[in-house]
Amino acid sequence: MQTGNLLLLLVVMIAGAYYLGHRRSFALARPLGGIRHLHSLPFYYAMRTAIWCAIPALAILGAWLAFDDTLIRVMVMDSLPAASFPADASSANLLLNQIGNVASGAIASSEVSPAVAAAAEKLNNLRELNSMAVAVVVIVVAMLGTAWGWVKISPQMRARQQVEKVLQTLFMLSATIAILTTVGILMSVMFESIRFFGKVPATDFLFGLQWSPQTALRADQVASEGAFGAIPLFMGTLLISAIALLVAVPVGLMSAIYLAEYAPARVRSFAKPALEVLAGVPTVVYGFFAALTVAPVIRQLGESIGLNVASESALAAGLVMGVMIIPFVSSLADDVITAVPQALRDASLGLGATRSETIKKVIFPAALPGIMGGILLAASRAIGETMIVVMAAGLAANMTVNPLEAVTTVTVQIVTLLTGDQEFDSAKTLAAFALGLMLFITTLLLNVVALHIVKKYREQYD
Amino acid sequence: MDTAEKFDEKTPGSDKLAGQIEGEQAMDNTTRYPDQTIGTPFVDSPKMRMRDVDVFYGDKQAIHGVSLDIGKNEVVALIGPSGCGKSTFLRCLNRMNDTIDICQVKGNLHLEDQDLYDPKLDVVELRARVGMVFQKPNPFPKSIYDNVAYGPRIHGLANKKYDLDEIVETSLRKAGLWDEVKDRLHSPGTGLSGGQQQRLCIARTIAVSPEVVLMDEPCSALDPIATAKIEELIAELSESYTIAIVTHSMQQAARVSNRTAYFHLGRLVEMNDTETVFTKPEHDLTEAYITGRFG
Repeated sequence: MQTGNLLLLLVVMIAGAYYLGHRRSFALARPLGGIRHLHSLPFYYAMRTAIWCAIPALAILGAWLAFDDTLIRVMVMDSLPAASFPADASSANLLLNQIGNVASGAIASSEVSPAVAAAAEKLNNLRELNSMAVAVVVIVVAMLGTAWGWVKISPQMRARQQVEKVLQTLFMLSATIAILTTVGILMSVMFESIRFFGKVPATDFLFGLQWSPQTALRADQVASEGAFGAIPLFMGTLLISAIALLVAVPVGLMSAIYLAEYAPARVRSFAKPALEVLAGVPTVVYGFFAALTVAPVIRQLGESIGLNVASESALAAGLVMGVMIIPFVSSLADDVITAVPQALRDASLGLGATRSETIKKVIFPAALPGIMGGILLAASRAIGETMIVVMAAGLAANMTVNPLEAVTTVTVQIVTLLTGDQEFDSAKTLAAFALGLMLFITTLLLNVVALHIVKKYREQYD
Repeated sequence: MDTAEKFDEKTPGSDKLAGQIEGEQAMDNTTRYPDQTIGTPFVDSPKMRMRDVDVFYGDKQAIHGVSLDIGKNEVVALIGPSGCGKSTFLRCLNRMNDTIDICQVKGNLHLEDQDLYDPKLDVVELRARVGMVFQKPNPFPKSIYDNVAYGPRIHGLANKKYDLDEIVETSLRKAGLWDEVKDRLHSPGTGLSGGQQQRLCIARTIAVSPEVVLMDEPCSALDPIATAKIEELIAELSESYTIAIVTHSMQQAARVSNRTAYFHLGRLVEMNDTETVFTKPEHDLTEAYITGRFG
C-alpha cells in the first residue's frame, strides 16, 4: 500500500475512533442520567480515543519510514554475490543506483549482469513486502490504540486533563520546531564559514577594504588573487539602509499618528489598507521603478545643480526601499498608538495639553516598545532587501559614503556569489556563507540594542 | 471605537435605561417632569453659569435644556440614575466632549465672563482654568514627580527647577499625599495604590492652579478608606477651589456638597441645598431616587 493511501486510511480510522469514543461516552452516561454525570464532556472522551488511535500509529509509521530505506539497501547489498561486491563506498553507491534503475524499469534487465538483475528483483520484492508490512503494522497499532482508548472510557476517567496535556505538548513541540530551525540554519552557515576562514584569514575578511572575489576556477587558469574584504559591502548595506530608514521612519511614524489620532474613522478605514498595499508590491517591481524612474530623475536633478550622479546610485535604491518599508513602521506604530488607553489621553487633554503635546509626552512614550518593534522590522527588511539594490544600486563594491555613487550590499553579493557555475568548495562560494553569518550577527546586535533602548525608555501603563 | 463606547454609556437607549423608563411609567404620570427645575438652581454672582444646555450624540439628545449655576468655592454634587446625563453635563464644563466627534453642545455656558463655546476661545487655556479628575485613577506611566509636573510644564508655570519642585510639593501636600510619597518622588506613579493614584491625579489637576475642579465619580473605583480620604480632601479643597462632583453615592453627595442637582433622563429635575434635597425633596422623582426606589 502507498504511504499516502495509508495516511488517508489512518485519518478515516481516527475519525472512526472519535465517533466510537463519543458514542461510548453517551452510552455510559445514559444510565447515570445524562452527560453531566461524566467527569468530562463527551468531546474529551472522543478526543482521547482519537489520540490513542493516532499517536502510536503515527509514531510507528514515522520511525518505520525513517529507517526502512537504509535497511532494504543493506539487505540488497548483502544478497549480492561476493564476486560483484563493490570495493569502496562510491562504487557501492553507483551499483545501488544501477540496481535501483533496473528495479524501476529505467534500464532493461538484459543490459546488466545477472547478479545486478537478481539484486534488482530482490529489491522489488523487499519493497513490496515492506509496504505490506508497514500497512499491516500501522493499522493493527491504530486498532489496538482505539480499542484501548475505548475500553478505558469510564465516568470517572479524567479525560479532559489528559487531552489538555496532549495539546500542551503539541504546542510546545511546535515552538521547538521553530527554534530548532533557527539553530540549524545558524549551524550550517557557521560550519561553511569556518571552512571559508580556513582559506581566507578572518582579519582579511573583517577588516579588508577591497572586495573582488575573483579566484581561479582551475589550477591552470590565470586569475588575480581574490580579495575578500567585507567592509565595502557592509558600508553599502548600511548606507542604503540608512537612507531607507531616513525615509520610512519619519513618514511612517507621522502617518501612523495621523491615522491613529486625527483621521476620521471613514478616512482611517480606507487609508490604512491602502498604505499596507505598499508592502504587498513585489520587490522586483520596486526594483525597476527605482532603476527606470527614480534613478534617472535623481541623475537629472543632480546634474542640473552640477553634481555628478552615477546612473545607479545608493540614493535611488535607498529612497525606493524607504517607500517600500513605510507600512512596516506605520502599521505597527498605528496599532500600538491605538492601544494606548483613552484614559491617558483624557488625563492629558484635561490638563490643558494640546493633541500634539499629548502625543509627544504621553502616547509616544507609552507606545515606544511597539514603535521600536516596527522600526526594527523595517530595518531588518532594509538590510535583507536584495532585488531593489541589484537593479538600482549596482554591483560595484565601492567603498564610499556618497549616496550619489553606485554601491553594493551584502545580500546582493551573496546572490552573485551563489548563482552561475561555481565550484562549491572555492573560497568564492564559501565567502557567501561568511557574509551570511556576518549579516546574521549584525541583525542580532541590532535586536539587542533595540531591546535595551526599549527597556530604558519604556513607560508602562496599567 | 472609544466614541462608540461613550455613546452607549451616556445616551438614553441602553438596556439599563429601558428598564428605568418602564419602571417610571408605572409611576404617577402627571408630575413626570417639572416645566422648570424645582428649587434654587441659580445663585448670585456665580462662578459658572449654564443656561438651556442641550447636548446631542448624533441624533440622540442626551441633555434637555439644563440651566444651573455653580457658586464660587461651592461644592455642587450631580446625582441621578445611570445614563441620566450627569457625566455628559460635567464634561461640557471644560469641553472634554470635544474629543467625541458626534457630540454637539448648544446653549450658553459661561465661566465668569468667558463663553465656554466661543469659537475664539483657546480650549487649552480653558482646561487649565477648569481641571478634571476622572472616574478611574489614570496617572501617566511616569514618575510621581513627572505626573504632577506635567501640567505646570506644558503651561510654562515654572521657570526654574526650584519653582517646579515647589509646585510639585505644594500640590502633593494639598492632595494629602506628600508624606506618603516624598521619599519616592521618582518611582512610577502607577506603582501607588488605587486611592493614592486618585490623590495623585487630584494633585496633578491642582498643580496648574485651576479655578474649578470637575470630578467624575472620583471614588467609584476606591475602597471605603480611600474614599473617606478623598472626601476629606474635597472639603479642604473647597476652601480654595470651586468643585463640581458627579457621584453615584448619595451619602457621598450628602457629606461633601453644599448644593445637589438631581438629573433624570437628561433633565435637571431639582436643585437645592443638599440638606433640603435629602430631607425634603420636592419632586416625586427626586424622592423616589433618594429613597432608593430606583437608580
